[in-house]
Amino acid sequence: MQSEARSAIVARSLTKRFGPRPAFEDVSFEVGAGEVFGFLGPNGAGKTTTVRVLSTLIAPTAGTAEVAGVPVSKRTGAELRRRISVMTENPGLYLRLSVHENLEYFAGLYGLGPVGARRRIAEALEAVDMADRARDLGGSLSKGLRQRVGLARALLNEPRVLFLDEPTSGLDPVSTMEVRELIAGLRARGVTVFLTTHRLEEAERLCDRVAILNTSLRSIGRPDELRRQLFASSIEVRVAQPLADPDHVFSRVEGVRSWNLNDGRYLLQVSDPTIVAPALARALVQAGADILRLAEVQHSLEDVYLELIGDEPLGGEE
Amino acid sequence: MNPRVLAVMRKEFREYRRNKFVIFTMAILPVIFLAIPVITVLALPANVPEAARKVAVGQSLLMFFLIPMILPTTVAAYAVIGEREQGTLEPVLTTPILDRELLLGKALAATVPAVALGWVMFAIFAVVVRLFAAQGVIDRVFRVEVFVADITLGPVFAVFAIWVALAISVRSTDVRVAQQLAGLTILPVIGLSALLSFGVIAPTLTAYLALAALVAAVDVLGWRIATRMFDRERLLTRYSRSD
Ligand SMILES: Nc1ncnc2c1ncn2[C@@H]1O[C@H](COP(=O)(O)OP(=O)(O)OP(=O)(O)O)[C@@H](O)[C@H]1O
Ligand SMILES: [Mg+2]
Repeated sequence: MQSEARSAIVARSLTKRFGPRPAFEDVSFEVGAGEVFGFLGPNGAGKTTTVRVLSTLIAPTAGTAEVAGVPVSKRTGAELRRRISVMTENPGLYLRLSVHENLEYFAGLYGLGPVGARRRIAEALEAVDMADRARDLGGSLSKGLRQRVGLARALLNEPRVLFLDEPTSGLDPVSTMEVRELIAGLRARGVTVFLTTHRLEEAERLCDRVAILNTSLRSIGRPDELRRQLFASSIEVRVAQPLADPDHVFSRVEGVRSWNLNDGRYLLQVSDPTIVAPALARALVQAGADILRLAEVQHSLEDVYLELIGDEPLGGEE
Repeated sequence: MNPRVLAVMRKEFREYRRNKFVIFTMAILPVIFLAIPVITVLALPANVPEAARKVAVGQSLLMFFLIPMILPTTVAAYAVIGEREQGTLEPVLTTPILDRELLLGKALAATVPAVALGWVMFAIFAVVVRLFAAQGVIDRVFRVEVFVADITLGPVFAVFAIWVALAISVRSTDVRVAQQLAGLTILPVIGLSALLSFGVIAPTLTAYLALAALVAAVDVLGWRIATRMFDRERLLTRYSRSD
């Protein structure tokens, strides 16, 4: 298939079970090269397990996958891992080694020579704003700082595909913003980023596309596409005085399908807000109403997520 | 040498240096293992029968095989299971390193200093014997086959013990159990060395070299077996209730 040649990640009916219980089931998706792909889901949804399978740490129970052009299998594991890096959920630093020594070890594992290693370590530490902590022992760092070293470690080998398992969990707002800028920078350099997160505003802001997982894949697409799929367009209207005959006003506007009054706000289901909104404004003015607010209702990715996952039991339907 | 194996060795050395338990073991045990044979041979009276002298010297030499075996096994038993418990194993396994490279790096890091210490201890022993022991003891120790045995058998036995320790480490769920089980690896080697020391196997140069070659072959096999037993998925995902 042609599209797959340019895909950085392809998963086909991927399933992983621990004993009888599936961690995730029948998951299929494609991530294009250079894309920032968000993997969303509640605790226990199977996000970390998916990352472990795609990075050849554990074998899938069923299905196939390909990452950076290499099939996911035990035999091709080393070649695959050469092209990727993973920021694991737990940073797992050596507590008795300094930050620099921790990174030096991994530079060696990636086969970098001493000169190249020194340069990359300096760059990676700079990228996560930890250059001044290079001599500190891993054990002396706070949770968020360890997290940042874990991220620096994943940058050492200049991967084609970067897996980030909740990269901003435990980070303060400023560091979170820095990490987001870093991810944006990686995207600009053409690195494919596979990002798991609970933070929906993060996914919304960073990701080209997102998948919502709860043991099985619930939805996949651009955040705005998902919103449109799930929610009919609507317009919210507030006026100074309640309308005498709202039915009369709204029925004259083409494109209004239905309306209801809620908490002093009129909520109108409409076909295309860009056409309906101006006509609606005119109709309201004609009817003598003082408009306080007239706006398209914005659904966030959070609304999408809650709509899809909100009332499901933990860990999917099984 | 393979850069990934070197990276593992280097990191292991750094961790040893900062681990009081390892430093302590490396410092105290060799002293004890040196003191026993030195006292044994120096206490031998000059007029002791030849047979008794042979046994005493044989037992002393046994100690120098044991130093490089005992020192690294406790460390090696910790090598994989310890990393798993600290949560440092998963990031390592996401890199291109192969299982056999990781194990080889850990094995060499544990063996090299221990073998070197074993040789140093034997050298000190030889000097002490030369200077202070009775002539009969000097004649027994300063033989080509004794030196060849120490130089060749120390490392091959040590490597054997390491593979057993690592094989236990990759399959166990508890550091302490792994360390204790690994301690048992010296038993067959003590038996083998005893057979040599007490002359059941003739302690000739040929016999020592053949034995060293045999154990070296077993060592290579041990590397493969330990690698086979290294199961990434099991290490990352299997936890027993008794942990
Ligand atoms: N080693 C294991 N043995 C048995 N079950 C496991 C194992 N690892 C994960 N699971 C189960 O698989 C499911 C998915 O776990 P996973 O860690 O992938 O979730 P996650 O989406 O990363 O959750 P979180 O947001 O909490 O990190 C969970 O039900 C979990 O308990
Ligand atoms: Mg997780």
